[in-house]
Amino acid sequence: MRKDIWMPKLSLKHLLAIRWFHWINFPILFLMIWSGMLIYWAYPVYHLGPISLFPQWLFELLGLKFRLAEGMALHFVFMWIFAINGLLYVAYTVFSGEWKYLVPTSTSAFRDAWHVFLHDLHLREEIPPQEKYNAAQQIAYTGIVVMGLGSLVTGLAIYKPVQLSWLTALCGGYEFARLMHFALTMGYIGFFVIHVGQVILAGWNNFRSMVIGWELVKHND
Amino acid sequence: MINRHPEIVLPEADLERDLQKKSRRGFLLGGLAAVGAFGAYKAVRLSRQDNDVPWPQRNVLDLNGKLWHSYLDHAHTMPTYSASEIGFLKANGDHGLDEEPDDQGNPPAWDGFRLEGPGISPITLQLSDVQSLPRREMITKFCCIEGWSVVQQWTGVRFSDFTKKFLPPGASLTDYVYMATDGEDYFVGLDTKSAMHPQTLLAWEQNGKPLTYEHGAPLRLIIPVKYGIKNLKRVGLIRYTNQKPRDFWHEQGYDWFAGL
Repeated sequence: MRKDIWMPKLSLKHLLAIRWFHWINFPILFLMIWSGMLIYWAYPVYHLGPISLFPQWLFELLGLKFRLAEGMALHFVFMWIFAINGLLYVAYTVFSGEWKYLVPTSTSAFRDAWHVFLHDLHLREEIPPQEKYNAAQQIAYTGIVVMGLGSLVTGLAIYKPVQLSWLTALCGGYEFARLMHFALTMGYIGFFVIHVGQVILAGWNNFRSMVIGWELVKHND
Repeated sequence: MINRHPEIVLPEADLERDLQKKSRRGFLLGGLAAVGAFGAYKAVRLSRQDNDVPWPQRNVLDLNGKLWHSYLDHAHTMPTYSASEIGFLKANGDHGLDEEPDDQGNPPAWDGFRLEGPGISPITLQLSDVQSLPRREMITKFCCIEGWSVVQQWTGVRFSDFTKKFLPPGASLTDYVYMATDGEDYFVGLDTKSAMHPQTLLAWEQNGKPLTYEHGAPLRLIIPVKYGIKNLKRVGLIRYTNQKPRDFWHEQGYDWFAGL
């Protein structure tokens, strides 16, 4: 393509497999969090300072009370889809080479991410040079996969503390593994809020590309 | 290397048309997939209940149980703790413990427990029959299915020692063990591998003191490879069986295996 002529184009931004992994993960993760809350209700001990996670009125409001058995029967079924989908996603990004866009490789990734953050807050004009994803996205999209692995490992540690007692010990014991499993879930909720916010800000063209794969590129970059 | 991110460059009008076509196709397929997935989920949730769980989910839970059962080894043990880590265990369940104390406030009388199984002529055994076996003590974590856990000390005999003594010579081990309170108000089904686990005890002491009635006096099951719900209090019946036994909480929608 000649660089001197301004030409809009369609670019295949998200590969079909990646789109499937993403859209399968979305409802499954929701279901895992939902069923996790049904389970957590039976022993909701965590606090953030004086704030209870979660107060009884919230369980009441969401209708999550007295549904432990139902929660377990969902959690231990859909865990398979969550785990298999996640592992296939990672395997796919490795074998297709897509990981190169996703994993922060630059040594200045954290500084770049900070600059992206300042840019997003309109505190900084220029944005660091980037390929498909900026450094903040790379850290977020790699971090979320590491968190997923963390959920898998801490989940197994509290699921089978006898048969996998070595893993439970590795996770800092039964209670600590449960706390981490919970904290990771809070992390997903935080990720979700920011992610959806950013998707809304990025606009329709970007969102559409996560569904159909193709993005309309109007700038010659 | 394959270019996995091709680009299409066309005159703007053609580009718009192409994009519209791709959008229609993508959102239609995506919408169908979403509706299909939601329909499949609803179909699962509304399918016939098997012990209070939709049967497709019950099948997966049973498969999970089979997998962990086949992996279970007697070398998998619950870690043991020191006496200083012993905590307070609340008496969480009282199914099958609805007898009134006598006039002096003592726990109601207990007439021993029945032992049944293929090749066994049913007998009633007393605490002394159990206590004649090698005495074991262990400090392990008691894990409730609600999510909490507490370290407790237990004194009793291994169920495997009990089985060796009371299973008739030549009789082969059954696939399952069923235990219940007298009258079978509370009952648990166990796979034999878990029941014969070296940490599975018939216990009469908790933290160095005889069991209280609310904790299952005079004799209860302690099985650290299972959630608390399987740790039957106040044993009234032990039956070796080759048929998968009923289980109280399984019938309320919980996993039958309930292993840790």
